[in-house]
Amino acid sequence: MTDLFLTAIFEENLALSFFLGMCTFLAVSQRLDTAIGLGLAVIVVQTITVPVNNLIFNGLLIDGAWAWAGLPEVDLTFLKLVAFIGVIAAMVQILEMALEAYVPALYRALGIFLPLITVNCAILGGSLFMVERRYDFAESVVYGAGSGIGWALAIVAFAAIRERLKYTDMPAGLRGLGSAFLVTGLMSLSFSAFAGLGAP
Amino acid sequence: MKLTERLTDPLIRNNPITLQILGICSALAVTTSLSTALTMSVALTVVLGASSIIISTIRAHIPGSIRLIVQITIIAALVIVIDEILQAFAYETSKQLSIFVGLIVTNCLVLGRAEAFAMHNPPLPSLADGIGNGLGYSLILIVVGTLRELLGKGTLLGQPILPTVETGGWFEPLGLMSLAPSAFFILGLLVWAIRSRWTDQSEAVEYRLKPDAGRAAR
Repeated sequence: MTDLFLTAIFEENLALSFFLGMCTFLAVSQRLDTAIGLGLAVIVVQTITVPVNNLIFNGLLIDGAWAWAGLPEVDLTFLKLVAFIGVIAAMVQILEMALEAYVPALYRALGIFLPLITVNCAILGGSLFMVERRYDFAESVVYGAGSGIGWALAIVAFAAIRERLKYTDMPAGLRGLGSAFLVTGLMSLSFSAFAGLGAP
Repeated sequence: MKLTERLTDPLIRNNPITLQILGICSALAVTTSLSTALTMSVALTVVLGASSIIISTIRAHIPGSIRLIVQITIIAALVIVIDEILQAFAYETSKQLSIFVGLIVTNCLVLGRAEAFAMHNPPLPSLADGIGNGLGYSLILIVVGTLRELLGKGTLLGQPILPTVETGGWFEPLGLMSLAPSAFFILGLLVWAIRSRWTDQSEAVEYRLKPDAGRAAR
């Protein structure tokens, strides 16, 4: 379990080795404090949605899941995209309401980032990887937490670098997006040095 | 704007990836070889064109408060169809594309064009806009995919182009090109090249050092 956790954070970092959530990664990394807020929101949502999607997939959608109802032929796996998106949108909505009611301070801190997460492909990607790699329930909890932490770590580090880059004197064409890609490439290269960290 | 302009404008001048920063997520992961890049390009262009025309046709009947859910449902339905077709007729490619065909659902490019263009325009311009943006996305994918496969393996579409050292040739494959970082580097350099040609695209300077700041410190 620890090796799955470490691999999800470092070696198979969702942002840096699978390019997931790149749009948000590039758009919301101008400032360090907003990046920290978004990172926290991703960790929370990812840790909840991957296990919930695991239960729904294995309980309702997988081939033969309806055998108990006398329908052994039914295979609903093709519905997984719609089901997962629905679960993610619902989870984000519930989380938003729960936070607003019980932890207003955290709700204000995360604020606009929660709705953004619904269309973050790192969240949907985590659930789809869970299906593709056939994780069981316990593994999906660990994988959800690990991949969320990995994504948050990447965006926080990237935002910290980007705050410094504002002051540099670089060629006009490279300013902004161009330099952001090159920096992300270098970060991705350094994260690949963690390969084998999770090996037992 | 004329229909042909709608179609050609997003190719380079207003490219979805290098200027609008939309749909980068899937753009990089599928470019390790040209064939996966081509399959992904076709899949995305079809979904984008079809979703634009469907959403634009029913745009007057979608209530404003639930429009995002309606749009996502339409896109997800189209993606499921594409995913099933790929699994039925190109199983090997669909295995290589892994989860990335499914991720077209949350591709900000598809949702972004639906929200920004198709919701406010008649079907025909929407279709042109969808196809144009799809082609702009495809162009970047094909360039990155070609470079990565050619320099990483010495092949194109699986056909050997540069004779590698292993087979008695002169070309030493660059291992870096098969790894994730190279996609970022190539895209970064591509953005640099495009913005050097069309300088109006480059971003504004946020902070500028005083011209004699270095001298005063010394």
